[in-house]
Amino acid sequence: MSAIARSVAAAAALFLAGAVAYVSSTRAEVSNATPRTEAAVASTPSPQVPSDSKRSAFIPPPLSAMPKDDFGKMVRLGEQIFEDPAHHASAYVGNDLRCSNCHLDAGRLANSAPMWGAYVSYPAYRSKNGHVNTFEERLQGCFRFSMNGKAPPLGDKVLVALESYSYWMSRGARVDPDIAGRGYPKLDKPPMPADYKRGQQVYDENCALCHGAHGTGRQANDGSPGFPALWGPDSFNWGAGMGSFENAAAFIRANMPLGLAGSLSVQDAWDVATFMDSQERPQDPRFTGSVAETRQRFHNSSNSAYGTVVNGHLLGSDSITSGGHPRATETSSRP
Amino acid sequence: MLLRIDRYPAAWMLLGVCLATTAPGIRASDTRASATGAKAIAAQGDAQRGVPPCAGCHGAEGQGNGLAAFPRLAGLPARYLRQQLETLADGQRNSAVMSSIAKALSPDEVSALSAYYSELPVPASSPQRAGSDPAAAAELAEHGRADDRLPACVLCHGRRGVGIGDDFPPLAGQSATYIANQLEAWKAGARPAGPMGLMPRIAAKLSESDIRGVSAYFAAQPATRDVQP
Ligand code: HEC
Ligand code: HEC
Ligand code: HEC
Ligand code: HEC
Repeated sequence: MSAIARSVAAAAALFLAGAVAYVSSTRAEVSNATPRTEAAVASTPSPQVPSDSKRSAFIPPPLSAMPKDDFGKMVRLGEQIFEDPAHHASAYVGNDLRCSNCHLDAGRLANSAPMWGAYVSYPAYRSKNGHVNTFEERLQGCFRFSMNGKAPPLGDKVLVALESYSYWMSRGARVDPDIAGRGYPKLDKPPMPADYKRGQQVYDENCALCHGAHGTGRQANDGSPGFPALWGPDSFNWGAGMGSFENAAAFIRANMPLGLAGSLSVQDAWDVATFMDSQERPQDPRFTGSVAETRQRFHNSSNSAYGTVVNGHLLGSDSITSGGHPRATETSSRP
Repeated sequence: MLLRIDRYPAAWMLLGVCLATTAPGIRASDTRASATGAKAIAAQGDAQRGVPPCAGCHGAEGQGNGLAAFPRLAGLPARYLRQQLETLADGQRNSAVMSSIAKALSPDEVSALSAYYSELPVPASSPQRAGSDPAAAAELAEHGRADDRLPACVLCHGRRGVGIGDDFPPLAGQSATYIANQLEAWKAGARPAGPMGLMPRIAAKLSESDIRGVSAYFAAQPATRDVQP
């Protein structure tokens, strides 16, 4: 392309980006076909804060700023575990998910439950287990539920590394459980009650390409984890935070479909979250032996489908046992 | 400035034909749309219909040509190859070199050639030169740019660009110039949007130096389909 052609194209792209940014400020009405290239060619990167959040968020240091000393090595291990736990924390992991599948940009993205938002928020009382949790205990929870594995013991190198990584990226952030950008921002209630059938249609059109027609995800051509499983035996178990309609709808609306984030309406997000979280997945590790009792004790909320009947099937009654396929004792033995 | 090989189609056609004469001989008359037919067209072309041998440009093993903008075809998903040949033939995708070749092929030949190339073993790639700022390129390819809502390339193209299934073609070991040309084509609206219109939005967020960097990054990755633990 000649220099002139290129600058014409760039100008056109800028114009388009502006036009689209304008249009997409009324996102809910924008059809899926509308190109969304917001921030496409902006030359000065501005911190990405979804429109839902009014306050500006903390910006963690770039990964390239990681120190090279002994502390830095532990930080680096933490990052590697975060992005590839199946290799670097294999003994504690029961599925092919990565922490970074849900905590995007290696746990750095504001409003995607970033680690800097979490680090400054513990110790904290959690009703999930009825006591004050340290940050390490909070990390254990994600291994047990989201990773469908088992909790590394307190003081284990895996937890030390993840804590070091989180601490390193949080330096300069205020100690404050209400820090802007923490967690997944609450999504407005949908105009109509969420609906499984509509959700299935949203899924087929917007998600199946990557996550598969049956939610099983896809491996890359060399067998490494590709697109993560959303339900079924290789996904997070019934005790995980992403199993709540509320968390899933918020996450999906802000981040999915990958590359087209923001193209779904609030209604679409709730519908598809309801569809996704109304499928069988590994049992809740707190299972008491009775689905009804487990629902009563741990899922007694309109945000969980566990223990309810969907399409004639009692969810939780046909779940494989939790714990998945932890890779025995291979921790850190692989590159 | 990127090398637009497409600018000089005639010269490259000629080169293609010359190179192909060194490919192992299969009788040119045997161009039925079967496996052997596909192999024959790949190696010999069909001079009467003006179809040059694919091997002339894409290599005897479908390995592509890292120096030119001739993509590797070996081991790419069959459905993806077929879709590309179809859009090249009907004008949705445009290449001064490839469009006329794709037009000359019958639908059966398109299917047979796509199957043939998808089944060829992934060639060992000769390492290509890394770009001028390999660290920045690796960061973009492996982590994307959250500020721009630009997802990491490897999330859709697999670790080191090995590819994921039928819809997300491998980039590892692909010609750097070819990769750059495709990204430019999407930016200019000259290549169909593809599944869910994902790639044009990605390409629109890449600067020229981003493009140079990630293209060199993927070209330098080992092309492989071996299952790794
Ligand atoms: C399937 C998605 C998923 C995966 C995989 C996952 N998490 Fe989480 N994580 C969540 C959800 C959902 C929450 C709850 C966020 C909320 O309630 O706001 C959460 C919360 C957390 C929190 C507390 C955040 C806060 O602000 O209090 C930490 C720390 C955490 N996860 C660490 C990890 C680590 C480490 C891994 C990998 C070993 C991991 N997570 C894997 C979904 C996931
Ligand atoms: C273009 C491919 C693509 C499409 C389309 C897509 N996703 Fe994803 N999805 C991904 C990738 C890749 C990740 C992991 C992101 C990361 O690691 O940074 C992901 C992560 C997720 C997660 C968190 C991980 C897990 O296993 O729970 C959920 C939930 C999810 N997607 C739901 C959806 C839904 C619902 C849709 C449709 C509205 C959708 N996705 C469309 C590629 C896609
Ligand atoms: C004269 C050189 C030349 C010959 C001969 C040639 N090609 Fe190509 N081919 C190209 C170039 C150049 C491109 C890249 C086009 C572009 O940049 O869009 C290409 C692209 C392709 C693609 C798209 C690949 C992708 O990854 O999207 C396919 C498929 C293809 N060629 C198949 C064939 C087949 C089959 C034959 C033989 C019938 C053939 N080519 C003969 C030069 C050639
Ligand atoms: C959200 C998913 C997604 C992401 C992220 C993504 N791609 Fe793609 N890419 C695709 C899809 C789908 C195709 C197939 C397009 C088609 O069928 O026409 C593709 C095709 C391509 C091709 C054409 C390959 C060929 O053989 O012709 C190139 C080059 C490419 N992508 C480069 C990149 C680069 C570089 C990045 C990172 C900057 C990237 N992609 C990120 C989904 C993605």
